[in-house]
Amino acid sequence: MVKSDFGYNSKIEGEVIVTRADAVVNWVRSHSVWPMPMGLACCAIELMAAGGSRFDISRFGMEVMRFSPRQADCMIVSGTVTYKMAEVVRRIYDQMAEPKWVVAMGACASSGGMYRSYATLQGVDNIVPVDIYISGCPPRPEALLDGMMLLQEKIRQEGGSLKRTFRGRTVDTKIVS
Amino acid sequence: MDVLALTQKFPQTQNCAGQDMTTFAVNSAELADIVKYLRDEQGFDLLADLCGMDWKDRTPNLGVVIHLLNTKNREYVRLHAACVDDSVPTVSAIHPGANWHEREAYDMFGIKFIGHPDPRRILMWDAYPYHPLRKDFPLAGIEVPFPAADVAAVTGQTVEPAPMMGGPFVSSGGHMSGAEPQALDQSWNEEKPKS
Repeated sequence: MVKSDFGYNSKIEGEVIVTRADAVVNWVRSHSVWPMPMGLACCAIELMAAGGSRFDISRFGMEVMRFSPRQADCMIVSGTVTYKMAEVVRRIYDQMAEPKWVVAMGACASSGGMYRSYATLQGVDNIVPVDIYISGCPPRPEALLDGMMLLQEKIRQEGGSLKRTFRGRTVDTKIVS
Repeated sequence: MDVLALTQKFPQTQNCAGQDMTTFAVNSAELADIVKYLRDEQGFDLLADLCGMDWKDRTPNLGVVIHLLNTKNREYVRLHAACVDDSVPTVSAIHPGANWHEREAYDMFGIKFIGHPDPRRILMWDAYPYHPLRKDFPLAGIEVPFPAADVAAVTGQTVEPAPMMGGPFVSSGGHMSGAEPQALDQSWNEEKPKS
């Protein structure tokens, strides 16, 4: 959290905190990002390692991996997205409630990686808006944690958190099935 | 194994003098009978592999290769059969494990397995119009509509040919097969078709 957001001296100002609604909402959101583990290939192994005790993603309030998209905030696309799977990825993304974020973990999810072939979607950003790209093949868990901290930073800087539109786009619920 | 008994029972079977295992070229109409005979009479009770092949220069170019294992004396035998009208009889009634192998061979090569109980694609989506492991299919792919029309309407995405030039996984040096495109070989790629 940016210190100036809540900077106050209780001896002078009393037991009152003055802040902006955006700052509070973003602070809450950034510390309870519930990920949807979209594990499609070997990156998912590193994602699991990040959930384990050595790397411990729960330090960032992210240990609550939700396999239901309705309960998740952040889809971590970890692995190769084939065209056949791309449809499913998009449908799951559409089923997530706003606000939602997408992390493209690893080379395949970011750009298709080494899979230059007829079967592989060349980057998951072709079908869903991606907030954070993490390089690596696969990235180490530290890289994932670094990316998730970047995502937290991004969430903190968002404005208009309480509006019906989210980050400039209207909430699109056309494909929910 | 008893090679003589097999070739006498199925006279159209040719012994190909395989270097790593006994190999026969068989008539595709007899394929299922031979697999059943080898299982029941000669103890080849395990289907180790079944795959499609595109021999490119042969006519017909498509075929099926089957590896069978005798689990008693640990002996392998390889059968290959050329397709007739892109089809061969199924062996999934004899070895149920062949079911998904044959679906894969159908998906990747377009080989139809006559009598297969579930002749659907297994890897690509059902509406995909090509058979990508055929030699005349480019590795980059051919542009086709996205599998789901409603997702395509929102994202504007199609199944497009993958880029073949450059990128992080460029292999360099040494002799490589000319059958597949390489990143450094610019003679054919998504912009220039294979001559």
